[in-house]
Amino acid sequence: MSDRTLHTLNRGPQSLSLFGSMRDAISPRDSLLLIEDGVYWATAAYAEMLAGLNCDKIYQLAADADARGIQSDRIEPVDDAGFVSLTVSHQRTLSWF
Amino acid sequence: MKFTIVVQADPLASQGSETALRFTRAALAAGHQIMRIFFYSEGVHSANRLALAPQDEACVPDQWQQLISEHQLDAVVCIAAAVRRGVVNETETRRYGKTGSSLIDSAELSGLGQLIAASVDSDRVVTFGGHR
Amino acid sequence: MSRLLIISRQAPYGSSAAREALELALAGALFDQQVSLLLLDDAVFQLVAGQNPAAIQQKNHGAMLQSLPMYDVENLYASERSLNERGLEPSDLILPVKSLSTAEIQKLISEQDKVFHV
Repeated sequence: MSDRTLHTLNRGPQSLSLFGSMRDAISPRDSLLLIEDGVYWATAAYAEMLAGLNCDKIYQLAADADARGIQSDRIEPVDDAGFVSLTVSHQRTLSWF
Repeated sequence: MKFTIVVQADPLASQGSETALRFTRAALAAGHQIMRIFFYSEGVHSANRLALAPQDEACVPDQWQQLISEHQLDAVVCIAAAVRRGVVNETETRRYGKTGSSLIDSAELSGLGQLIAASVDSDRVVTFGGHR
Repeated sequence: MSRLLIISRQAPYGSSAAREALELALAGALFDQQVSLLLLDDAVFQLVAGQNPAAIQQKNHGAMLQSLPMYDVENLYASERSLNERGLEPSDLILPVKSLSTAEIQKLISEQDKVFHV
């Protein structure tokens, strides 16, 4: 299995420096899971910034998106069990907050 | 797989402690082993049994207490981070010439070495942060 | 021996985050793990020479950083971009640090067993 890191991001679009550091750290094989306020990055206004990330897949935690009224067809939702599965299928997890 | 869960979020100031609770429940439901839950930094407030909530609001420290007891989980609260924030047991308050305790019954106070040891023995370490 | 990376993103003194990241790095080294510390964003201000926090009742963070090699935390890294954005030159810093490009940051992370962000 290829070596991959799961990144989680829990802050919204006002945390630009956090996003910038994550962008520097994320690799083409890595995945990103948007959690908590991080799901606001899934809104249309930030589509280009997310597309600019040099990573494999981007997910959002469904409970957090639902709680905040965020609907995004482009970003795949995962439930809590899916979050656990992502941590299993990636060698390590790096949490950005 | 063996997991270490690191909670660094204050359960009132941030959502992260609640997210960690849900993740831990989901990991257990999937048959994974939780080696240790380690509360660090602002996360030590998650282990304050004196943090109270009105009846119609969730009390995250109570839920941690319940989950840890129910599954007999190993839960450690960073002693250096906790005593500075008033999350203490009788042993510690006595040491500082004070009285009282606030630590949930199901967790113990210990050093950062407990985080390192559990992490080294785990397949995965997942951190839940707060708002810096 | 595990390879552990500790990432810090906060400046010292204004919050406890920088100190708590450093304490985790020291704990890792004390337990004989291979520890690296990576400073990103405002965390590079931890390296500024001439810190004197006596009047604000705190311990000197720079001095604590200088003690890292004594505790066998040999790998101290900082983001090249974070240093440049803040106008920090090697001569401004309290100790030598390896500055990393984005490609080098990605490689460093991929080499770790566990990554902590404090």
